[in-house]
This record gives sequence, C-alpha cells and structure tokens, in this order.
Amino acid sequence: MPGKLKAKIVAGRHLPVMDRASDLTDAFVEVKFGNTTFKTDVYPKSLNPQWNSEWFKFEVDDEDLQDEPLQITVLDHDTYSANDAIGKVYIDIDPLLCTEAASVISGWFPIYDTIHGIRGEINVLVKVELFNDLNRFRQSSCGVKFFCTTSIPRGYRAAMVHGFVEELVVNEDPEYQWIDRIRTPRASNEARQRLISLMSGELQRKIGLKVLEMGGNAVVGYLQCFDLEGESGLVVRAIGTACTLDKISSGSFSNTHTHPNTAPPSNACNSPSKDGKESPLAHGCRSTHNSPVHSACSSQRLSQNFSVSVPTLIFTGMGSGGSAGKEAGPLKTLLRQQTQTALEQREFPFFTLTSFPPAFLVHVGGVVSARSVKLLDRIHNPALGNTRSYKLLDWNSVTADEPETRDAWWEEIRQEIKSHAKALGCHAVIGYSENTSICEEVCILSASGTAAILNPRYMREGCLDMGSTDHRFDDPSPPSCGFCHIPYDELNMPFPAQLTYCYNCRRQKVPDVLFTTIDLPTEAAVTGKGCLIQARLCRLKKRAQGEVNATAISNLLPFMEYELHTQLMNKLKLRSMNALFGLHIQISVGENMLLGLASATGVYLTALPAPGGIQVAGKTPSELNEQHVLTIQKRINDTIAKNKELYQITPPELTEEGVGSPIPEPRHRSRLFRSHSESSDEVSELDLSHGKKDAFVLEIDDTDAVEDIHSLLTDASPPTGFYSCNTETMPGIYNWTTAVQMFTSVRVLRLSNANLSNQSLNKIFTDLCENLLKSFYFKLRSMIPCCLCHLNFNVAVPEEELIQVSVTAVAMTFDKDQAQERPAERFITKGGSETEDQLQFSLELCADTSSTNSQTSSKISGVQENALVSSRAASVDYGSFADRCSTWLELLRLKAHTIRRGSVKTSRRTQSLAHSVSSLEHCSPLTEGRSRSLRSSRSFGGSSVTMVKMTPLSFLPGTRIIKYLGIINMFFIRETTSLREEGGVSGFLHSFIAEVFAMVRAHVAALGGNAVVSYSMKDCVLMENPNKNQAQCLINVSGDAVVCVRETDPEPVAQMVNSGQTCAADGTS
Amino acid sequence: MSVELDVFVGNTTIMDEEVYQLWLDGYTVNDAVKARVDAGVLDECEATEDVLLSDTMDQYRTFQMCERLLQSPAKLANQLLFQITPHRQAMLIERYYAFDDPFVREVLGKKLSKGTKKDLDDISAKTGVTLKSCRRQFDNFKRVFKVVEELKGPLVENIRQHFLLSDKLARDYAAIVFFANNRFETGKKKLQYLTFQDFAFCAGQLINNWTVGAVDNMVEDMDVDLDKEFLQELKELKILITDKDLLDQHKSLVCTALRGKTKALPEMEANFKNLSRGLVNIATKLTNTKDVRDFFIDLVEKFIEPCRSDRWTSADLKLYLTHYTNSAHILDTFKHQAVWDRYMGVIKSCIFKMYHD
Repeated sequence: MPGKLKAKIVAGRHLPVMDRASDLTDAFVEVKFGNTTFKTDVYPKSLNPQWNSEWFKFEVDDEDLQDEPLQITVLDHDTYSANDAIGKVYIDIDPLLCTEAASVISGWFPIYDTIHGIRGEINVLVKVELFNDLNRFRQSSCGVKFFCTTSIPRGYRAAMVHGFVEELVVNEDPEYQWIDRIRTPRASNEARQRLISLMSGELQRKIGLKVLEMGGNAVVGYLQCFDLEGESGLVVRAIGTACTLDKISSGSFSNTHTHPNTAPPSNACNSPSKDGKESPLAHGCRSTHNSPVHSACSSQRLSQNFSVSVPTLIFTGMGSGGSAGKEAGPLKTLLRQQTQTALEQREFPFFTLTSFPPAFLVHVGGVVSARSVKLLDRIHNPALGNTRSYKLLDWNSVTADEPETRDAWWEEIRQEIKSHAKALGCHAVIGYSENTSICEEVCILSASGTAAILNPRYMREGCLDMGSTDHRFDDPSPPSCGFCHIPYDELNMPFPAQLTYCYNCRRQKVPDVLFTTIDLPTEAAVTGKGCLIQARLCRLKKRAQGEVNATAISNLLPFMEYELHTQLMNKLKLRSMNALFGLHIQISVGENMLLGLASATGVYLTALPAPGGIQVAGKTPSELNEQHVLTIQKRINDTIAKNKELYQITPPELTEEGVGSPIPEPRHRSRLFRSHSESSDEVSELDLSHGKKDAFVLEIDDTDAVEDIHSLLTDASPPTGFYSCNTETMPGIYNWTTAVQMFTSVRVLRLSNANLSNQSLNKIFTDLCENLLKSFYFKLRSMIPCCLCHLNFNVAVPEEELIQVSVTAVAMTFDKDQAQERPAERFITKGGSETEDQLQFSLELCADTSSTNSQTSSKISGVQENALVSSRAASVDYGSFADRCSTWLELLRLKAHTIRRGSVKTSRRTQSLAHSVSSLEHCSPLTEGRSRSLRSSRSFGGSSVTMVKMTPLSFLPGTRIIKYLGIINMFFIRETTSLREEGGVSGFLHSFIAEVFAMVRAHVAALGGNAVVSYSMKDCVLMENPNKNQAQCLINVSGDAVVCVRETDPEPVAQMVNSGQTCAADGTS
Repeated sequence: MSVELDVFVGNTTIMDEEVYQLWLDGYTVNDAVKARVDAGVLDECEATEDVLLSDTMDQYRTFQMCERLLQSPAKLANQLLFQITPHRQAMLIERYYAFDDPFVREVLGKKLSKGTKKDLDDISAKTGVTLKSCRRQFDNFKRVFKVVEELKGPLVENIRQHFLLSDKLARDYAAIVFFANNRFETGKKKLQYLTFQDFAFCAGQLINNWTVGAVDNMVEDMDVDLDKEFLQELKELKILITDKDLLDQHKSLVCTALRGKTKALPEMEANFKNLSRGLVNIATKLTNTKDVRDFFIDLVEKFIEPCRSDRWTSADLKLYLTHYTNSAHILDTFKHQAVWDRYMGVIKSCIFKMYHD
C-alpha cells in the first residue's frame, strides 16, 4: 500500500449554462480513483464556481497508481431529476511517480465531454506521496522513465542500451459489448476512453517491469499503438528501447543545442552515427509477406510464405541469410563476435531509436521489412464478473483451439526481420517500428527497420567508462562516412549491389544507393540539401470475404512493395540524390483497394557515388516513338539539372562531368527495372547480373511506364523558400530560428465514380498528397524561409470509396543569410581536426583515382534484355585529375573563407536569439505591427494562459530542454449527433483536433512544462454518417512534456520548474 | 470525386488578417476567394484556386469557432482552445469591434432594439455594407450597451476593460452608447453632412461636461444620463435674451471686442440677437426629453445654418463664440457664470466640430 494520492478541486470557469431558467449552473465535482469517489459541495448558481475543496486522499497501491487515471467529473446538481454531467477530465498521474519528473500537477484543465467537446475549465491540484517499497516481487515499475523521443534524451547520457522491450494487452471493445445497445453513446465512449487509459497504464507498467528486469531505468523511443479490431476486440501494444540513462549535470551540457542530435560532450562524442541502407531496387531491401493465416488450421500457417525483396529478390526466406558475412575480414569478424555475445542474449536485437549516441552505430546494411496478412477472430472474454472492470486475456488459455495469439503474430514477424538483418550481415535492427492496418476482419501487420552493426560497447555491462580495452573495436573509418560502409562481405553479398570505394575515405566499399529508416546521422557528410520523396500507389482489389480476401491481399503486397520501391528509386535519381533516410512505407487496406505510401528524405551522401541519370528507351523502334522518347528524355534531363540546382547538389566529383552537357554521360546511367517478376527465382538470377551493370534505363513501351514517367515528372518541387523532409532536421540547414508551427491536417476524398482504373486512382491519390503539400506551403508562406520537418503522412481507407490522409508536421523558419554557417561552426568547435580530415581526403582522393578508374572500367556492363547499356568505360580520362585536384583546392579555399566568416556570424547569432521573444508571431501569416501599439495599454486580466509549443521533433530550435516531465499519452473520442450544426465533418474534426491540442497543452502546463517534443498523432479514426447527421472520431496522441528555456538563458531557477502558470514559454513575454 | 473533409489545425492558431477582414466584412467563402485572387495572393506562393479555397474555408471555420469568444473578449485571454499570442488576440478583438462609419451613421441615436435590427437589410442596401457585417456591428453595439448599462464608473473605462478595446475604439463605443441612450436625432437631412466622428466628438464633450459623472463619479449610469440639476439650472440663462438691457449690453460688448478682427462683423452685428436667442433657447428647453433629442438639429438650424449662409469662416465662428461666451462674464447683472461656462464650453466645441467650411 505504498502510495497516497491527494487531489484538490479549486475552481471552475466558463462553465456551460445548464439551467435554462436562470442561465446559470449549480456545479459540483466527483473525484474518482479506482473504486473510491469523493464529492465537492454544490456551488450554486455560477458559471465560475469556487469550490476550493479539501484535499481528497486516496490510499492506493502503486500498481494502481500506474494503471489508473484520476477521473474528475463535473456535474450540474438537479434537485428533482438526475444530475447532468457537464464533462470529465482524466489525469494521468504517472509523471508524479518519477522523482525526476513533475512533483505536482496544478492548473486549468478543459472539461471534456465526448458529445459536446470542451465545456469550460477546472482548476485542479494533484500530489502523490510514495512510500518506499522494498518488496522485490512488486508488480509496479514506478520510477522507470518513458520517452517518446527516439534518441537519447537531451540532458541524459546512455550508460547502457539494453535493447528491445515489447508488450501487448487485449480486451473486448466496449463499443461492441451487448450493453452498448442499451447505454447512451456518451456512456459507451467514456467506457472506451477509460478502458484504453487503463490498458495503456497497465501496458506501461508491464514494460517498466521488463526494463527493471533488464537492469535499465528508462524506455526510449516508446511507441504505443491501438488496434481497433472491432468485433474481435481491442489491442494495445507498445515497443521501446530499454536503456540505463544517467542525468548529466546541467553545466556540462550547455553546448548541446548547437546540434539537435548532439550528445553532451561528456559523452565522448557528439553525434550519433547511424543509418545505413541499401538501394531499394538493387540492394538490400528485404521484405516478406506472409499469406493469411487461417487461425483455425495452423497447418496452413505460413504455407504461402514468400519473401520478396523488392527488386533484388534475395530469396532467403527465414533464416537463410546465415551465410552472409561469414567470411568477413578479420576486423569485421572480431566485431561480430564481440557484439554477438552482447546481442545474442537478446531475443530481438531491435532498437526503436533513430538517432544514436556517437560511435554507437558502426555500419548500416539496409532496410528490412516484413508484412503479414492475418484474419481476425473474435476474442472471447471469460473475464466478466472479475472484480476489476476489465481483464486482460491470456490468449493461449482462452482460445485453446486457436493457438494463435497477437503475441505470436508479432513474434513471427520479428523473427523474420531478425533473419533479414542476419542475411545482410547485420546483428541488429535500428529505427524499428511496427504498425497495422485493419479492414473488417483482415489485418496487415507490418514491421520495418534498418539492419545495422552496432558498437557492442554500449550493450555490455559496466563498459561505458570508455575503457581503453575497446579501442581495438573502434571502427577506423571517419564518422562522416563510416556508417555507409557495407557491413556484409563484398565477396559474398546477400544481394547484388554495385560497390565502389567510399568517396569520402577511399578505404572501404560503399553501395551506390542507401535506404534507411533512421535519421541522418549528424556527422554524415552531405552535399547540398535534402528533400521529401514520396512514392504513392493505389491498387484495386476485388471485394471478398475471409480467407479469399486475405489471400488476394497478400498476393498484391509484393507487387505494391516493388512498385513503391521503383518509384522511390526513380524519384531519387531524378533529384540526383543517392540515399534515403527516415523511410516509412505504409500499406493500408480497404474493402476494394490497397493504398501504399512511402515517404523518405532524400539526400546526397558525399561518401556514395553520384547517381546516374535516367535514360529513356523505347522498346520498338519507330519514327514516332523515337521522337516521343527524345522529348521525354529531354524533360527528365532538364528536371535533373533543375533539381541539382534547387538542392545545391554540386559534389566536387561531378563538376568535371556535369559541366557542359546537361545530359549525363551514358556511363553514369543506371537501369530502371520494369521487369515483371513472376517468379522469384528468375528475378534473383537476373539481379545477379544487375549488380554489375550500371545503366538506369526506363522503357516506355508499356503504359505503366508512361504512367511512371508522368508521375515522376508531375511531382512539383516546393516553392522558393520552402524545404521539406520527414526526418528530424533538414540536411544542409542548421541555423534555425525559434519560430515553430506544428500542425495537423486531415483530408478525405470521396471517389464518386465506381469504375476507376488503377491508373486514374493512382493519379487521384498522388494529386491528393501533392495538393496537401501545396496547401501547407501556402498556409505557412509567412514563415519563409522555412522547412517542413518530420512530415508524417498517414493514409487510411475508412470506408469504401473514401481515402483519408492525415499529416502532422512542424514548420520551422531558419535564417537565410546564415544558411552556410554550420560547417564553419563545426570547425570552430572541433578545432582544426576537421580541416585536416578534408585535406587528407583530398590527397587520398587524388591518389585513389587511378585505382577507381581501373576498377570501374573493368566492370562489365550489366546485361538486361533490351537495356541501353553503354559501358562505364575508361571515359574517365586522366586529364580529369587536374580538374579534380584544383576543384579541391577551390573547395578548401572556400572552407577557409567560411571559417573566417563563421566567427563573425556567431556573434550575430546571439543577437538573433535575443529577438526570439517575438518569434511566435511569425507563425501567423501576416504582419502585425499595426496592433502592436495597442498592446501596451492593455492588461489581459492577469491569468493569461501559458504558451505551450508542440513539435514532432525531439528538440525545439533555439532552446534547451532542462527537464523531462513525463510522457503524454492521451486518447479521446468525440461523437456528434448534430453534424450539420457543427459545420459538417470538417467543422466537427476541426474543432476536435483543436480540442485535442488544447487538452495536451493544458496537461503539459499543469505539469509545469512549456513544450511537447516528439509529439505524434498515432491514430485519427473518423467515422461518419451524414444521412443520420452523425459522426464519431477517435484520436490518440503522445509526446514528451518538457521544460525548455531559451539557449541564451542562464540555468533556470528551481521554482520555475514547478509553477505551471508562471513558466511562460518564450514567445509570450 | 469530391473532397469530403479538409482541415488544417495549427498548434498556434493560424489566422490571416486579410481573410479575417473579409470574414468580418461578411464575404461568403466564394466571394472571399475571388477577392483574394484579385488581391494577387496566388502569385505569392505558386498556389492554385483550390488551395485558396481550402485555406479560406479553414480560416472561416476558425473564425466562426472564435466568434463566441470574441463576444466576451475577456474569455479569449484565458480560454484554452486556441493558442493565440496576446497581441494577436488584441488585433482580433479590435477588428471584431471595429465598425463601418456609414453603417454607424445610420444607427446612431436609434434605439438598439429588435425593431431596428429588422431594418438592417435596408441599411445594408443603403450603405453597401453586407447584411452579415451589419448584424455583427449592430450586435456589438447592443452587447456593449447591455453590459455597460449596469455598471458603475466611467463609461469609457468600463468599455475598455470589459471589451479590451483600444482607447480610441472605447471612446467611439461610449459615444454610440450615449447616443443610443439619449436617442439623439442624427438622421435628419440637415444632419447628413455630419460624420460619425463629428458626433463622437460631441458625445465626448457631453459625457465629460453635462452628465452626472462630470460631478460625481460613483453613480450608476453616471456617464449615460445628462445631469438633471444642470438642465434645470440652464433655464436661468433665459435672462440673457428676455432682459432687453442685458441682451443689448451683451451685443455691444461682443461687437466692441470683435471690431477690426473680422470681415464678417456686420453680419455678426445684424444677427447677434437671433443667434443668441437660438443658443439660449436650446439651453432652456433641454429639460424636455424631446428637445434633448433635437439638440443637434437645433444647433444646426439655430446657429450653424445662419452662420453658414452669411459665409462665416471657422475662424470667424471661433472668434465670435469666444467673445460671446467671455463677454457674458462682464455683464454685471448676470449671475449664472458657472452654468453658463459649463453650457457654453460644450456648445462652443460642438459647434466648432460641426461647422464645416
């Protein structure tokens, strides 16, 4: 009985009028925790009641403290009839259980009703007194910190990274219980909200226990999802990365802000290096699809299991990848042995992190993904009558005839991912995530991540002291390119890839293209800027039931994945880039179609070879065709040239080749496949040859290809002044100002004509996404120069003929004049070492060129049916040496120049920070100088609301996070039976989203915070029935509540942390 | 294929001032889109009309959701639904309560009742202000009127604090409330040439000098009702025109003082008695509510029009009124100096304001 929860109800304001006669309300409050309820007195006839109640005390187990929310209900007293509910507030008290987080919750909370939305506010005070619990077999895991952030939180250092934790809990969905037929929608919604709150509390507690077992004290990259399986139940599942975090004393990390991903200096080095990936088409993207598994007959299980790896089929199936990397060089072997001991103890060497402490990430293999189509079955709930109102089901015991459990499903998928990673010569998967798409009884489970080799140092007990013993395992490659080097053995490659020596260090091999699901490592050497690249695809499917349906879907999946990768590859080439980061592929299932959306941020990694152009070829030679081909070729070349300029991609290597002719030399072209892989064996054979070839050819004979080209060319680039990416920050932009604007946008399209073809559907879908982006650019035009970061697209098919796309992102402005500041800054902070590196590099480059040339020229051009191949012959003449060297000299001179400029700029920078006070104003489209004069003369009644910034990123530019207050994880339902009166679905959803934001902000402010980082909207499920004038929507959001101060501010005074109302965000003052 | 739903919600509420103005002006979404296209917004960001439509709809929805808060501006500051920076809140409120001069001229002095509200479509047609905007403005007047009606303390200050308006706007509202309360006639043809600002100035003068609040600042309605005692005392001024000697003496004092200072002296001399009678008669009749209502029309008919027909310049007018007022002090039999000053002070500044060359 180790805890005492105390709550005090202070006051209410802006309450709705509940008594029409008096236009007033007689409000009182019920405070409930577990099964105990307290009531305040009725405060008669007021819309702004002052209850000022006593402290209500609940004596409870800490287990309950973790699971249960504090439930506050505001009611209107009615003498003659039942009291009317005004609304509720659920307060998650988890943050109070952690000594380092908040110590009191105090503030105004919106009173929320699932039918009417926000109805006034209530001021509440909550405290917890925890007693020491010495029970070793305790069920609670108080004190384990949770972070949504997918990197080591600022202000902490990772003493040890323990690895993957996962858990899921299942229950019957109240919406589908028999009682739902007789209770009101409000009661039903509230039952659901409460249940989910309980389930996520329990889930978190259980994960916490696992972390404690592993010896950790925190979960980083915590990702919780709901699967609303309808009739068959409700699943809440979570994954995360268990770590042991040490808090860094405040003084030592004052510099962390210089780079978002930078770890504290005490952490030995500053940027996580990570990321690796493979080219989608040619390398290393492995994914698997399981055929539907009929739960009744397990014999069929996985019978149709096939793995497609997209273009390059490495058809290994499970566990077949073992051979890869066996013959690796001595260093690699050593490394592998080391890490294996550390990692093999773990069932799944997975990490949900996308950013790593420095030196943690050694090499990156490529994207691994697995999908599985399942049929859902009803969950039988035998637990009714239990003392608790809900009960978790143990699947194995409940459904004896159905051995399948959700756990087993995920286990299966994870095994597959693991084996894919192995096949890539990697022992770990990073940037790992899981998700589902459900339509009726069919469910697609997906998991994806990036295969990688990690430094074992962080995973072994007690070795973080940077012991000298570990140095021999340190990868000798420079951090700016080390992660790109292939982890697998080049003589025994898991898939065909075109390897070259690293363009940065010239010592190790790199693939020609790299795809990853992680963020760009801060140290990575990048040329130019990056951009958002999306592949979009719609596929019609026949309506079907049960297993037939599931089979149909799983048959479509490999083709979709293939198409998506082809698109990504083409678009990447079109932008003259060679790597993708933050790749996220979502496949959504509907009654009669499948939607696929792949988003990633393309960049040009300096270490990787320059991408070739795209060459168009006609299959059947004819006059007319010839002309057509030429036109298209010209358009493509023009686009490539334009993009190079737009993204400032001018790698030194390219200068001598690119100048003069906009049409790339034939030898730089690589081939685009349009082969239809009927049989996987065949394709894998083809791919072997593909690895050696280097032309990228687009055939335009079949109509599909024409479509492809069109979609390729219709993607509009963002208007001047805008950049976009789906990673944490944009490569090439480093001087953010403090103006941020987080937003959520949802668009639903109704397809009215029934007989659409795949092509027109694709067009519609593509336009939908493009138009959304255009809308963002327009709305945020006042923030120019600006970058949309962390653009997170979510597609769904809520009903037949409806396509829903929801996007959450943040717009951040940057200082245009200083766009080139970062390299200089780096030089300054790091001393001359970097410059030396560059010098060395250039020398090596010269020395190596001859070998590269001979190597490339010796390559036999790939043979593919009618590919227009021109050998990458000895066209690199020795004459280009001089050019190359002189270019480097040029570059060095330039760098030196920037260094000088840099020092001047730094002082200017502080100046701009001083101006950041008014930064928030930038968020609104137009200037407001006009009203400024009014301001001084006005007082706003004292109690103005704390500004709370929100961002999907793990940091706020220009500020320093000084405290993490705990995780925000909220689930809301809103329903209406007067849809028209609320302005239709748009009006309904608009106000709901605004309400969700408001509630998140209120909770953060009550915890004493002024910002939410790593914010995400996990679910937005909208159901509507305009004929009945009804709609319902469910939204799940999460993030980390933090206190942050402006970078320029001194360490905050202690009191600031606890007083919710006083710590104003910058921007309010 | 149709867009079923389209929303965009920012953590900091995004509001475009131009769109806000269009919304306030009562434009429909489609008209607003047209207006924006005409204003050249499309060129700003390579946008299409679809984008503009979507943006306009979003903003209109936001404004509609905000409207409830704008009607009690104090709530805007501590509500949680929209995160809006304080000075932006000020802008929203200020613009929401701003009004069109042509519209307010029509309503000024009328009873803020349902009856008037019914006439709004006529006013809309006449002024070219959209009906929607007329309604908003009318409701604002009414709301402010209702709130301050029951409050003690200075009118302008009350309005400023309750509606968080700028000083200028608060003064304008005070004028509107004052006019509505006293039902001053402003619609007559002869008064058409006067702008709202002319009246607002006069209202300010009246509020500051003739109301109860001018002498006692803790009474209810102190700034809205004229000081009854003062109006009674005004009757005493009648002596200035009824006493023949006094009238002549007054005239000669004024004319002597004016000699050599203006070309209009002959007309002034000729008209002195008429003009003086006019002003004093207005003063003595102010105890009648009906005559209070006609205050401005009387000023125009009895004083301004005669002067204008004699082509007095503003300077002439000023000179004349100054001496007219001051000379009364020298009249030894005239005992009501204080009342006279309180009366003439206001009259003088009102006439200056209302006399357009």
